[in-house]
Amino acid sequence: MSPTELRTITPTLETQADEPYYQQVADEVALFEAAAARRLPVLLKGPTGCGKTRFVEYMAWRLQRPLVTVACHDDLTTADLVGRYLIAGEGTIWVDGPLTAAVRAGAICYLDEIVEARKDTTVVIHPLADSRRVLCVEKRGELVRAPESFMLVISYNPGYQSVLKEIKPSTRQRFVALDFDYPEAALEARIVAIEGGVEASVAQRLVKLGQLTRNLKGEGLDEGASTRLLVHAAQLIGAGMAPRTACTAAVARALSDDPEMTDTLDELVRAVF
Amino acid sequence: MSSSGPSSRLSAAQLEQRLDDALLASSSHRSVAKLARDLEYLPRERQDLVLHWAEVCTQTNAAIGDLVASLAPRALVLLDAAAFEAWVLAALDRYDRHGARAAMESLRDVAGFRAARDDTRDVALATVEGRLGRFVRGLSGRTLRIRAGAAAWTDTETIHLPARLGVLSDAGANRALYRAMTALLWAQARFGTFNADLEAAVDAWPQRERALAWLAALETVRLEACIARELPGLAREMAGLRGPWPSELTSVVDRLGAPSASVADSLALLSEYMAGEAHPPVLVHAGTLDPAAARRVRAQRIGRETEVLRHALGAWKAAPGRRPAESSSWEATLADDAGPAEFRIEGKLVALPEEARAAAQSLVQDLGEIPPEALAPAGPGAWKPTDRQGEGAHYVATRPPDHYYDEWDFHRNAHRRGWCHLYENDLPAGDAGFVREVSQRHAALIRRIRRRFEALRGEDRVLGRQLDGEELDVDAAVEAVCDRAAGSEPSSRLFARRVRCERSLAALFMVDMSGSTQGWVNDAEREALVMLCEAIETLGDAYAIYGFSGWTRTRCDIYRIKGFGERYGDAVRGRISAIAAKDYTRMGVAIRHLTRLLVAQPARHRLLVSLSDGRPDDFGDEYRGQYGVEDTRRALLEARAQGVRSYCVTIDRHGADYLRHMYGPARYTVLDDVRKLPLKLADIYRRMSS
Repeated sequence: MSPTELRTITPTLETQADEPYYQQVADEVALFEAAAARRLPVLLKGPTGCGKTRFVEYMAWRLQRPLVTVACHDDLTTADLVGRYLIAGEGTIWVDGPLTAAVRAGAICYLDEIVEARKDTTVVIHPLADSRRVLCVEKRGELVRAPESFMLVISYNPGYQSVLKEIKPSTRQRFVALDFDYPEAALEARIVAIEGGVEASVAQRLVKLGQLTRNLKGEGLDEGASTRLLVHAAQLIGAGMAPRTACTAAVARALSDDPEMTDTLDELVRAVF
Repeated sequence: MSSSGPSSRLSAAQLEQRLDDALLASSSHRSVAKLARDLEYLPRERQDLVLHWAEVCTQTNAAIGDLVASLAPRALVLLDAAAFEAWVLAALDRYDRHGARAAMESLRDVAGFRAARDDTRDVALATVEGRLGRFVRGLSGRTLRIRAGAAAWTDTETIHLPARLGVLSDAGANRALYRAMTALLWAQARFGTFNADLEAAVDAWPQRERALAWLAALETVRLEACIARELPGLAREMAGLRGPWPSELTSVVDRLGAPSASVADSLALLSEYMAGEAHPPVLVHAGTLDPAAARRVRAQRIGRETEVLRHALGAWKAAPGRRPAESSSWEATLADDAGPAEFRIEGKLVALPEEARAAAQSLVQDLGEIPPEALAPAGPGAWKPTDRQGEGAHYVATRPPDHYYDEWDFHRNAHRRGWCHLYENDLPAGDAGFVREVSQRHAALIRRIRRRFEALRGEDRVLGRQLDGEELDVDAAVEAVCDRAAGSEPSSRLFARRVRCERSLAALFMVDMSGSTQGWVNDAEREALVMLCEAIETLGDAYAIYGFSGWTRTRCDIYRIKGFGERYGDAVRGRISAIAAKDYTRMGVAIRHLTRLLVAQPARHRLLVSLSDGRPDDFGDEYRGQYGVEDTRRALLEARAQGVRSYCVTIDRHGADYLRHMYGPARYTVLDDVRKLPLKLADIYRRMSS
């Protein structure tokens, strides 16, 4: 039986219609477009909540390609990415995993937090991430060739605590790497204002608070407040919460469980608002 | 105390006898007799209390014991039993930190102690120090130390604050006052108080102190306005604490509050005020200025950070593949506030290492800009930082301890705070030939240990009959088809899933390097470690080996033989060979430090195995005997509370009775024959970890 004769389910993928909001910081959009034109895979590095996922969504919209996002976790197996057989009646049916579906559709496949996945899992992306551009679906005996428009994007957070969660050189050296960080203050304030729907002055204070918490990184906090957290706080304020209450809930409590640290964060919130 | 009848009271004669025992031979007979008479009329509980604490204190210092006994009758008028204990413990704490004289002063001030204890509005710096430190770290992004001092002032690296604050009417307000003082002192460095030559400015006046005080007041007005622009919430709190500005200052609030105001404006106004006769107003939250200290510290820091930055720029430029034109120069763009600076070369944004970015941010805080000389990249190798030279492998007396650890004093039933000074050292490599020789001599034994350990290794297993999984479980699928054909309900568990059985274990071996291990105990320890390493390597568990020794509480040494991240290579083999008998066995501090290292490991199970040759012991009488046993026991209990399982292996032919008590919180083995150690240790590890 050739692979095409197997009963197969492939999810249909669609491109996003509306433009997602994304604020360009440096030359990342041009770089991504160049990589896409040359069919190079891309690695996004940066702390949590700085806009990596939003950037990919935006680029998928801009390039008018479907986007498949997989949030990686430490139980993610090869089958979860490539696909598996299910029982249907007396026989089996093959269901394409998200990666296979993306390859077939010529979509952008975004593997978020790739370091979280099991080491053996990441190896299946290797032949896709070099000049071969093929996906080997071993269980079907099929080699899926990626069309021109297929693009692989992975992300990871280099600030992560554990040395166990390093990305292997054989993986990372296949990618064009883009560095992400929290945008500089004025830009970040604009993002917070637009995304959170608050006035510029409130957004500026939120960004100020974000910077103060980032100063505490390594002093009891693993990470300072991300742009995403600041946007959350802004959205709460926009919904009518008092700024101090909103920041306590969206920033101070979200960053730490340690009572001493949350006390300090509360003090910083009170200092800013 | 009416319940205690006079019959149970100790008579003067009995008291005299007990005091004689408690106070050793240090007091004259006459004074003991007088003490006994003073204590005679106290209720029995009080008498016991005094006798107990007098004895405890005498063990620390005879004179303090005497003083406690003689002050007790008076103290017990003012203090209840709990307060009495606190009074004694506070004095012992002062003895630990500042010596006998300070302790005695503290004891004599019974009334002061009572007042401070009563006074709930008082806030001690010690209770808020950690919070203030984190707060100011958040504000500044660089670490400012907080220290207790007579007044509030800063040299721009250390913020000195009064040890207690009781100025305002309740504790909450006093805590807020600490925060306001800290923020104002931080603001001195942040908003450029020291950017002018303050020394020259105040020295110009004959009344130097008055000039300094006026300047401090004017700067407070200016800095509060600066804070209000960035941190309005904090500024509101400050305004609430100080109340309205005193009338002398109201006229300058507008001028100093302008965004463009700088320290130059304050200096200009200073001349006007000094021309008059008025004395500067007292502002509750304002600190004092010490321009000389600030200038010194600031100049040092600027120099250091300029070098760090130049070095980083130089390193960037020198990296292979980067060939900017020789003439190209760096531009630094600053965010408008304490945010990070950006660096560009030929218009391109460049990411510099964390350290260099921090230095740049710090320079901006000090100078308001990055000085041009800091943007001239240093040549390769030009940078010799003086503050980070590698420490010598062996203990250097001039170096401050790496950590301070509490120690349990069973007499007091309390910890001695920061009592032990711990130094971390790298053991210099010895002759790696020792390890080779041991592995050859015991090749057969090592093979046997390895085989045993291999059986423990975690491997992947396939779990069949799962609801979900990467593969079909063919057996289950066939069964389901049959079931359906037979008309019964088929199972929906048709998948197989691979699971990995991970051994999430971190083990730390703590090796006694005290003088008593000299000779064959030491040889056995080293041999045991070689075999253990071979065995654990087959398992792939995270493990570390540290040695410990010491000479009194001020020199507790920890020697790294193998860290958790380190490979079992020649360096580690060399250090195992170099394990040598050194000084004494102060075990508690070693257990506490190594527990801390273990707790930082990301494993599910943590195991601390100690290897020693007898009871804890240290130079001097203090640690020997029950004190050391109790401290070790306590440290093991603390380890257990932090989720560290401990196991102690002791080579002690006398198998003394203290072992059960001391190692009670852990499990332990006593070996009477040191030659059994290598086999035994591998075996213990196998049992504990499976």
